[in-house]
Amino acid sequence: MIENRPLTTFFSHLVLLCGVLVVAFPLWVTFVASTHDAVRMTQVPLPLLPGNQFLVNLKLVLFSGLEGSGSPPVGIMLFNSLIMAILIAVGKISISLLSAFAIVYFRFPFRIAFFWMIFVTLMLPVEVRILPTFAVVANLNMLDTYWGLSIPLIASATATFMFRQVFLTIPDELLEAARIDGASPLRFFKDILLPMSRTNIAALFVILFIYGWNQYLWPLLITTDRDMYTVVMGISQMLEAAEQAPDWHLIMMTALMAMLPPAIVVLIMQKLFVKGLTETEK
Amino acid sequence: MIKRVHFNVSALPYILVAPQVAITIIFFIWPATQALYQSFLVEDAFGLSTEFVWFDNYKELMNDPYYLGAFKTTVIFSILVAGLSMGVSLILAAMADRVIKGATTYRTLLIWPYAVAPAIAGALWVFIFDPTLGIITYIFNFLGYSWNHKLNGDQAMLLVVIAAAWKQISYNFLFFLAGMQAIPKSLIEAAAIDGAGPTKRFWTIIFPLISPTTFFLLVINIVYAFFETFGIIHAVTQGGPANSTQILVYKVFNDGFVGLDLGGSAAQSVILMVIVIILTAVQFRYVEKKVAY
Repeated sequence: MIENRPLTTFFSHLVLLCGVLVVAFPLWVTFVASTHDAVRMTQVPLPLLPGNQFLVNLKLVLFSGLEGSGSPPVGIMLFNSLIMAILIAVGKISISLLSAFAIVYFRFPFRIAFFWMIFVTLMLPVEVRILPTFAVVANLNMLDTYWGLSIPLIASATATFMFRQVFLTIPDELLEAARIDGASPLRFFKDILLPMSRTNIAALFVILFIYGWNQYLWPLLITTDRDMYTVVMGISQMLEAAEQAPDWHLIMMTALMAMLPPAIVVLIMQKLFVKGLTETEK
Repeated sequence: MIKRVHFNVSALPYILVAPQVAITIIFFIWPATQALYQSFLVEDAFGLSTEFVWFDNYKELMNDPYYLGAFKTTVIFSILVAGLSMGVSLILAAMADRVIKGATTYRTLLIWPYAVAPAIAGALWVFIFDPTLGIITYIFNFLGYSWNHKLNGDQAMLLVVIAAAWKQISYNFLFFLAGMQAIPKSLIEAAAIDGAGPTKRFWTIIFPLISPTTFFLLVINIVYAFFETFGIIHAVTQGGPANSTQILVYKVFNDGFVGLDLGGSAAQSVILMVIVIILTAVQFRYVEKKVAY
């Protein structure tokens, strides 16, 4: 507290409330739309207060999907998204932990070369190399599989850098002590490094889970089998179908389903997530 | 770079880096090389013969009004997205930094759009702005302003900018707030004692001190607008109407997968890679030097 200016404080709260309203408005509208029936959703003006069709819509969307949009029931898409997000997050964390461990704790020929090779991945987002990457995945017969959805996105320079940073702050004495006690490198990794980087792993998991869940272009390219669609890409098919028959109550229910899991993860792990985000990405 | 103490040389480190390196080579370096190679080739319409043409694909792009148009669209789009979302989040962060009560509550209420996928954000906003049913459209009609982003290019651009900026507000807000809270309170107090009011303190102390954060966010937001907004464009406008929202990433996808112009799409990929490399280099220079102001 620097000074007492009730008016300025009031003004600050006012601006913040307006900000919250603007940010939350689309969510509210989405929620309201998902609680009405088809008839109400074609009458202008659209409702701003919730109706009583929430459970009906939820059941319809989860188990039978949207008629005529060519997408499967949302339940299947949610499951696919979940598998993809978990595979990407776990995969990225595991391979980054291992390579960061090798780069920090071993002095071996080509160490720097490997380091730069990993660094390069930072510069090649999937959006800029879509055609050739698609060709590679097609040649490996990984189209329409969970592996094809996740493995090409798993290499991650950011995660490797972060773990490298974490390992560098761990005192050398720990390694000396471990060696005196006769611990092998893998033992040191498992019993000392892993427990010490637990919070970083958790924070990174939140960020990478969201990254994986929100993938759009990649699943769009490599899935042709309806049963492999993810929910985020499924929404675009529904929007296309909406050109003819706008079933907004069902589309918005799907959108709600698609953003709930990552939003819940963020809100529950908020403290860890904010710390992880503002500290790792610099 | 490396620990003073380390393990002896063995095969182990190679085994440890192997998964990461294998994935990098197969899914990153090899495709990138392929893109580079294909960008020098021209394939005939039936894919029967290819010819090595050096830089012809690039020359063609540089003379292609559609490509140059997409370039211009991308620049306008990213400036608008970065400006809008950073402006709004800077104001919100400055206010949240001021209030003592409820700062955490505001943060909770503001961070969740980070979790929303760009394509979903697009779906939310396209519903609100739907030409016949949308709530905002209804208000616009009431005020005598007609809105139809399916026909009007400027309105389509505005719609995708709003959706893209909205999603990015929480990210920028978190970083601005973290930057402001890292400023020593004694500096602000000293200025207050000297008689500087809140506005003056913001512009002469807080804003200069968070300039490294601002610069970092600027790069991140441009990268976001260039590459990660594909979902919004694809779900909301499909690059239309009349190419008014066709950004570079969307054009690579469209020319490659829909138009099947392999050489041209590869050349566009290579140009995009150069842009990413420049942006990443700028970002890392910042990390190394921490920008003096």
